[in-house]
Amino acid sequence: MSFATADPLFSNGVHVTLAILLIVIIKVLVGFAVIMGAVVIMIWFERKAISDMQSRIGPQRWGPFGLLQTLADGIKLFAKEDLMPAEADRFVFKLAPYLVLVPALITFSVIPLGGTVTVAGHVIELQVANPPMGILVMLAMSGISVYGVMLAGWASGSKYPLLSSVRASAQMISYEAALGMTIVTVALVSGSLSTHDIVTSQADGIWHWNLIRLGVVPFFVFLIAITAELNRPPFDVVEAESELVGGFHTEYSSLRFALFFMAEFMNTLTMSGLIVTLFLGGPAGYVPNIPHLRWVFPILWFLVKTTGFAFSYIWFRAALPRFRYDQVMDLGWKRLIPLSLGWMLIVAGFLVKPADGFAMAAVVILAWTLLSRAFELGVDRGAGPGALIPQVGERPLPGEVIRALSDQDEEGEE
Amino acid sequence: MANWTDFFGGFRLTLAHLGKPRVTNSYPKVKRPKQPRQHGRHVLNRYEDGMEKCIGCELCAGVCPVNCIFVRGLDNPPDHPVSPGERYGYIYEINYLRCIHCDMCVEACPTQAITESKMFEFSFTNRADAIYTKKQLLVDDEGFPQRLPWEDWRPGESDLTGGWMRATSPAGDASFEGEIQWTGDLGVGVRAAEGGQSGKRDDEATGTLSIREAFSRHLQPDDVPLDQRGLQGLLKSLEAKRPRRASKGER
Repeated sequence: MSFATADPLFSNGVHVTLAILLIVIIKVLVGFAVIMGAVVIMIWFERKAISDMQSRIGPQRWGPFGLLQTLADGIKLFAKEDLMPAEADRFVFKLAPYLVLVPALITFSVIPLGGTVTVAGHVIELQVANPPMGILVMLAMSGISVYGVMLAGWASGSKYPLLSSVRASAQMISYEAALGMTIVTVALVSGSLSTHDIVTSQADGIWHWNLIRLGVVPFFVFLIAITAELNRPPFDVVEAESELVGGFHTEYSSLRFALFFMAEFMNTLTMSGLIVTLFLGGPAGYVPNIPHLRWVFPILWFLVKTTGFAFSYIWFRAALPRFRYDQVMDLGWKRLIPLSLGWMLIVAGFLVKPADGFAMAAVVILAWTLLSRAFELGVDRGAGPGALIPQVGERPLPGEVIRALSDQDEEGEE
Repeated sequence: MANWTDFFGGFRLTLAHLGKPRVTNSYPKVKRPKQPRQHGRHVLNRYEDGMEKCIGCELCAGVCPVNCIFVRGLDNPPDHPVSPGERYGYIYEINYLRCIHCDMCVEACPTQAITESKMFEFSFTNRADAIYTKKQLLVDDEGFPQRLPWEDWRPGESDLTGGWMRATSPAGDASFEGEIQWTGDLGVGVRAAEGGQSGKRDDEATGTLSIREAFSRHLQPDDVPLDQRGLQGLLKSLEAKRPRRASKGER
């Protein structure tokens, strides 16, 4: 396997020398600095872009174009009093922000930011770590961050955060299924779970990008599912300011609040990077033949693509209204999961041989039809001839029900 | 019937707004133009020869709905009179914690002694400072309002003080416009009549045209939907104004 030689962290055969250790340490430090800097810029970018879309000005006071606004906010949050509700579970309350932040950091570490660089005979991949289970790390980490959100809401000892965290965990779990299924299609085509291998398998031009190779459907399913996973608008029922005060982090203040927000923006960035990695070939792109500078262009390509997706999240937030909670669930369970599951089967069929693929497609389409008919019936259960619940317009109002009951009583007395 | 492309309407609108001018102003730095008849901090005017206009009649204090004005008149000293008449206001105080800038004092004043500038951005750190005395309210020797250190004056805010009362007759008759019934002010002379409600006079002499233009330009809504702009929007608005006969039949 190629990864055995690629990443010394996960190799058994390679003798770990001081140089390799040093490289790993430097990669970790640089990666940490990069993601922290990127988060600061992302927060600024989001605020600026959303205010542009709303004909406002946005941050402008600190630094050129308000670039240092995030820093100022951070300093302010540091100086704030750290409150803890009396009802809170003290240990879990303190633990929860880290359960959100640390997975966000770890997820970033598996994303390839560029090609490879050769320094003093060592081939260095421009990603913090390249574990052979690659993309599974991301799934595992997003699973753990559900704990963070859930425990944050629960440990606050307060109603609305609890409601919000229940919503959050339900939403994140239901979209993780669709997410996993689309990742499986990618893994099927690439033949590897390692993010580095997924990227190298798409390196031969646009027609080899998974976006096109897999049909466009998995890409869109992934995009929607990841938006829901991030709890970003239009799937922000978790933080729904108009319904739940501030969501699961209502009771948090000061530094812990900052940690939640840092994690949120970090996740947004990381997931943008992940989409690029999985579907748009990561750092793949045109590289002009300039000596000593060839390694820069993959990084630039990656940055451009990631920024595009980061912008699209902001655009979603500006353009789309929030889903109702049952709509979120409907979209996840009734649309995305069957769609991604069926598409995965079709892809698997075509990978064996085209005839199998077509057969599988026929089966999947049949199944989709049956399923959609079943959903239709399920939705109409309240409206059919044997309806249990009268339709909304035909249902008596509460006042009418009470009047009818009191009339009965009077008749009984007579 | 909703079109499926309507889904992308929000995306199109938000993207279109990226390149548009902002509605928000950087407030303390940039200010919106003020309306010609904005009510701000009061000024006590003087005649062109430097005499004070206030005669200490206390009509302003009487008409004030919030009792924020305190005036006491005194006979003019014969050797160096302060105002041309018999008496002058020797105490004149306005409590700006109470003042609601209704301009009724301006309306009541028989000599146009008190008018309002357009400056409303001033603040205090204690109650005593909120009471402006005659020393602070009176215009200076050039005839301009005193610019106190805690007030934020901008160009044009001391012009056209009490503009609206120069548009109609004292009795409020709107058709009376354009007739000068006031005396000149120190440093400014006799102020031109303001364009009244008929809109006949709205020229450079009143000084309001440019302000109004700037204001209306500023209030142009940026949020007009795309299909209501330009020629297409004009046709649509004309269509909307046309009396509809078909609507009766539908009902």
